[in-house]
Order: sequence, then structure tokens, then C-alpha cells
Amino acid sequence: MPLSTDETGPQWRRRTAREDVLSWFGWATGLAVVGGCFFLISEKTIWEFVWSAPREAADLGARMVPPDWSYSSQLWRPLWDTFNIATLGTGLALVISVPVAFCAARNTTPSTAIARPLALFVIASSRSINSLIWALLLVVIVGPGVFAGVLAIALRSIGFCGKLLYEAIEEIDVPPVEAVTATGASSGQVLTYGVVPQVMTAFAGISVFRWDINIRESTILGLVGAGGIGLQLSASINNLDWSRVAVILLAILGTVIVSEWLSAKVRGALS
Amino acid sequence: MTDHVSDGLVEPSQRTWAPPRLIPNARLRWFIALAIGLYLAAAFGTLDINWERVAEGWPRAQRFFSGFVPPDFLSRQGAILDGLLESLWMTAAATALGVLLSIPIAIGGARNASPLPIYMACRAVMALSRTFHEVLIAIFFVKLFGFGPFAGMATLTLATVGFYAKLLAEDIEAIDRSQAEAIRSTGASWLQWLDYAIRPQVRPRAIGLAVYRLDINFRESAIIGIVGAGGIGATLNTAFDRYEFDTAAAILLIIIVIVMAAEYASGAIRRRVQ
Amino acid sequence: MPTLSINDLTKRYATGDLAIDQVSLVIPEGQVMALIGPSGAGKSTLIRCVNRLVEPTSGDVLLGDQNITKLGARKLRRARRHIGMIFQEYALVERLTVMENVLSGRLGYVGFWASWLRRFPKQDISDAFTLLDRVGLADMVDKRADELSGGQRQRVGIARALIQNPDLLLVDEPTASLDPKTSRQIMRLITELCRERNLTAVVNIHDVPLAKLFAERVVGLQAGQIVFDGSPEGLSPDVLTRIYGEEDWLATAETGNADMPESEPGVVEADRSL
Repeated sequence: MPLSTDETGPQWRRRTAREDVLSWFGWATGLAVVGGCFFLISEKTIWEFVWSAPREAADLGARMVPPDWSYSSQLWRPLWDTFNIATLGTGLALVISVPVAFCAARNTTPSTAIARPLALFVIASSRSINSLIWALLLVVIVGPGVFAGVLAIALRSIGFCGKLLYEAIEEIDVPPVEAVTATGASSGQVLTYGVVPQVMTAFAGISVFRWDINIRESTILGLVGAGGIGLQLSASINNLDWSRVAVILLAILGTVIVSEWLSAKVRGALS
Repeated sequence: MTDHVSDGLVEPSQRTWAPPRLIPNARLRWFIALAIGLYLAAAFGTLDINWERVAEGWPRAQRFFSGFVPPDFLSRQGAILDGLLESLWMTAAATALGVLLSIPIAIGGARNASPLPIYMACRAVMALSRTFHEVLIAIFFVKLFGFGPFAGMATLTLATVGFYAKLLAEDIEAIDRSQAEAIRSTGASWLQWLDYAIRPQVRPRAIGLAVYRLDINFRESAIIGIVGAGGIGATLNTAFDRYEFDTAAAILLIIIVIVMAAEYASGAIRRRVQ
Repeated sequence: MPTLSINDLTKRYATGDLAIDQVSLVIPEGQVMALIGPSGAGKSTLIRCVNRLVEPTSGDVLLGDQNITKLGARKLRRARRHIGMIFQEYALVERLTVMENVLSGRLGYVGFWASWLRRFPKQDISDAFTLLDRVGLADMVDKRADELSGGQRQRVGIARALIQNPDLLLVDEPTASLDPKTSRQIMRLITELCRERNLTAVVNIHDVPLAKLFAERVVGLQAGQIVFDGSPEGLSPDVLTRIYGEEDWLATAETGNADMPESEPGVVEADRSL
């Protein structure tokens, strides 16, 4: 207790002396760890490059202006592809993640011995591999192009959507489900009348949320050959064609802003 | 016993009922269905799937993955360890720096704590640092700062600001107003108000978010290495470039294990704090 | 101790709602005044205009010879520390301890660093102990505020207001979320303390019997205007109808009154506060 009494009356401090020491020790350790990390990073850094960064940035900026506007007419197709990668990938992921989520949720899984661990494994492995790495692998397997991108986005999103959805399913209200069961409904009917209505909003929210993330992700898949505007970007960077890079960045900026605006609208309508 | 309440009382066909539709306007409903159909047709039409190439996929995948087994942890042991450590440094430093930078931006970007011009400026910073994917930012930082973990740290710091400041600002905006009002009514200054009314209310979530971001930053550090920003991703990229698929498999396995462990740990910590 | 005078005070919200319409009141030193009226009559707005948690549109608030409505930010904070406030939902900072909550009443007097490090002057600490003794919470000092019951929380709220050593006490529905017995205890405590310290107090209260029991003077507010000002004895059914609207004011719960929850404003208000 931080309370004590001395000759002048009762004393109060926020922490006991012991807690004080522990708290200072904690902060000091944290600081030392972070400081050590900075030191180790700086060991591996060529500081001349870092100091010249502002000049480099100014130089890059100068090369980007004016943007090569004529190039923008060639960007519609890659943008369309980017949009498709995100949208179809999200759609595919949703179709797969719904049964996975129902298998993974404790209250709806058909069997806790086989289906649940299996579903959780699918979710965990999908989540722990980034879509860029998925794309890297898929380009080798199905060949470069939009299809690899769609699959990469879908494979990464299954885990994301599956996890959020099964958490939503586990958080539903129990009494309505009991009420539907009490009418003598079959387990399929319990699902459609008791569970599905309760998770519909969550499901819609999750889809839009992931779609918004996927738009951002699909802009970079082209870097490893999986279609979309990233292809043009990496080509232009490799050719040091900075005025084109500027146009591409602006296009990406526009796409991301539009998608964010759209998803905010939809989410606003949902809640 | 009959199965219906109204058996023998009312002709069953007299009244009908159909469930209300999500979109009540029939014309709009058809229009949306048509639009979705058209979009899907157009999207699949332009997908350009080379089915021959996809059909080859299976044998290719087999060959590809046979290169993966058995994963080789040992021959590039040193490089893997180096990459891992680098990733960890980047993650820790970027999270700490990012959170530190985020706190003033979050306070500035909370409408109930800051005047409008500052609010707009801080919100703009958040939006800008969230627009581009980490990998794109990493490409540019590698150009500016040179290859290596510094560029990676800078990238992750920026990404952390976009994420952390936004969520923290939303959290500050969602605090209990009456507690804030009570502290204000005692004559507290703005800083005291932050300390007594805001900090206690947002602290648990702020810690939770920081731990969560630490977890995300480690994942991202594995990716941005592919474009030269240091860390385990760089090691992975080198392995792919040298066609050392067994080493790549080992690295992927390590990443997966660490990511899962980190996620489990961060989940446990967040549950305890909140 | 100074007198509180309110002159022609008007508040129109940005939404266009006229909450207070040219209210003038003089509350002499040491008087405990109850402010009654239906929900939305402007009671909360009126007392928040006094310490400018809500910025009045026009009119003046004078505490002694100081015109509070004309003060700049720094001077306003100085004025606020002499005005204690007690809130409806207690408005304790839930994650701070009882002691920290009470000491937060001193924020207007101590510098930022002292408050940041929780190093309050000895006198403040000993005052806090005295007050916690007085409100009967001496052994709760290091409990977190969210561990307390409603009545205990309101006692902490009272101690927080009194440690400011205020000239004026603003009390906003102190009993709205308390059971009948605790309500009486809290109201008794507040009025006792006001008498002990010769404090001027404005008490918003929806519970008419409680107001009659504890206040020396009652002011009725209806749609932002004063419709009654007098001693509690003057609250005849006629007057209550003028304040709250038509209702059988002599009926008690036993004689039956099916629509009571709809027309008894106190009940409605209490529900909203949940």
C-alpha cells in the first residue's frame, strides 16, 4: 500500500517504493533495448547515404515533375486489373472462408476433434504468409499474370476473413439460437435462422474492410509479376523513368482514396 | 393434434407472405444484380488466364515444392540468423519510434482535444502515411537511404504512425466525456487534462495497440526485405535468387513459426492489459 | 464568500436549439438552491454556463465582482478552481485510484510536473485524507474508482469538488443514478457540507420531494425560462403543473397511476441517464 503514516500525518504516494523501483527498471530496460536496436541498425547503415537523402529526395522530386501525363492513357488496363485482383480475390476468399469460419467457431463446428483444428490450421497458415509471398510462389506455379494475383489475394484473405468471422460467430447471442432450436428446427435451420442473421452485418463489414486492404495490396503484387499496376511501376522504376513513376503513384493514390471513401460509405451504411 | 393453429378455420391459400427484401425497390434490385453480373463477366473476360500454363501448374508445383524439402536450416545458418536479428531490431526500433511520434499526432488528430486547424493537419499526416503500401514506401526509402535495415526501420516507422496515430486518435475521441468534463471543471490546464482525463482512459488500449503493431511490424519486416530494406526478407529474397529453395523453405518455416508465436503472445498480452 | 449573479443569460446551441432564454438569478452567499424542471428544460446547460463548460451565447455570470463570461483561458482556469462541480454519473476517472481522483480537484492549484509525478503538496494530501474521512471513505484510498459502488463514487465526487476549496458548488443531478436511500444520504451530505463551509450551491435535481426536503430555495425551469422562484413550501400542484405539465400531483404510487413512467419527468430522465 502506498499509504503510510509519519510524524506529520498520513502520507500518500502513487506507488510503493518497490513499485517505483520496478517501474523505473522497466522503463530503463525498454530504453536500453530500443537504444541497442538503434545502435545495431546504425552499425549496418552507411550514414553518408542517409545524410544525402534530402538531396536525393529533391533530385527524385525534380525528375518526377512534370509527370508524364500522356502515359496515363496506358494505365486504365492495369488499374482495371488491380481492381479485379482485389475484388475477385476478396470474393473468392469470402466463399471459402464462410464454411471455414463455421467449422472453426466453437459453437457451430460439426466436430471439435477434426473439423475445428483443421479449420484453425487453414486460418493460421493463410494468415502467416503475406500475399506478396503467396504471389511469389503462385507466379512460379500458375505463371505470371492477373490470375496469380487473384489467387494470392484470396489465399491471404481466407485467414483474415475466416478469423474475424469465426470470432463474430462465437460472440453471438445464445438465447435466439436456443429459441430456434426449441421450435424443433434442424441444425441447418438453426444456422440460417438463429446464427446467420446475427453475423450478417459483421460479415458485410469484414468483406468491405478486407477489400479496402486488398486494393492496397494488389497495387504491389505486380512487383513479383502477379499482375496489376505494380508491373508498370516496377518497369518504370527499373527504367529510371521517374515522370512515369509519378503518374503511376498518382493513379494509385486516386484508387486508394476512392476505395477508402467507398468502404467508409458502406461501413457507415452498415452501422 | 393438428399441426396448424388455423386447421379447419381458414383456407390456407387466403393470405400470402414473402420475406422483405434487402433492397425494397424491385427495379433497383434487378439493376444491381445485372451490374454485378456484367462486372463479373467483364472481369473474368479480361482475366487472361492461360489455362495451358495453369494446367502445367501441378507438375511445376510438385517440382517446385520438391525443391523445398527437406528444408535446409544449416548451410545458410549465419545469414538466416543475421536476417532474423536485423528484422527484430527493425521491428523494435520502428515500433518504439513510431509510437513515440504517433502520440502527439494522435492527440492533435482527436477532435475533442485539439482545435480544427491542428486536427486537419494531423489527420492529413495520418492519411498520407497510410495511403501507400509498405512495400512501395520501402522501395523509395531504399532509393533514398541505401540498402539495409535503416530504410526498413524508416518504412515501418512511417507505417506505424499511419496505423497507431489513427487508432489512438479514434480512441481519444471515444473517451467518456463526463470524466473529461469533470477534470476540466477543476481548473486543470490542457496538459493536466491530458494526464488525468485522457491518459487513464486510453492507456490499456494504447498498450494493446502497441503490442499489436509490434506483431504486424515483424510480419512486414519479412516482406519489405524483398525490395532491399534489410531483415529476414532480404535473406529470403537472396535464397530465391540463388534458387536455394530448401533454404527459402527453412526461412519461410521460421517466419511462420515466429509470426504464430508473436500473434499468440501479443493476443495474450492484449487480453491481460484490457 | 461571494454572491453568484446570473444576468440575462442565453444559450443557443449550434443546432439552433434555444436551451436557456434570458435567465436572471441572484444566489446569495451560503444559499443552497435547487433547480428543478423537466428533461431538456436547460438545467444542465445553465450550470455548465456558470463555469463555461458550455459557452453562453450572451449574458453575464458574476461570481462576486468577477465576470466569468469575460475571462480569458488562463483566468477562466483560475476561476474554475474556485467552483466545485458534482456530476450526475459521478464522472470519476475510473482507472485512477480514489486518492488520485480526489487530488485531481487540486489540479488548478499545482503545476503540471507536480501533477504528472503525483507529487502534491503535503497540505493537499492531508486535506484529501480529512475529506475522505468526512465522506466516510477513509479505508478506500487506494481502491480504483471503478471498484466502488454508486454511492461511494458520488462521495468521492463530493470530496473532489470540496478539495478545490470552492466558493461555489455546482451540482448536476447528484442522485439520478442512486437508489432512494443513498440519494437521501448523498443530498444530506451535500447540504451539511454546504452549511459547514457556508458554501453557495446550485443543485440540479429532478426529484421534487428531495428538493423540498433539502433546499432552502427552489427555482423551476421550463423551456429555458424561470417559471417559479420561491421557498419549497410554495411548490403547490399548480406550480408543478406550470413547471412539468399536467399530472395528478397529489396521487401517490399506491393509488395507481398507470401512465406514470410516461408523464413523470424524473423517471424518464433517470432512464436516459443509464
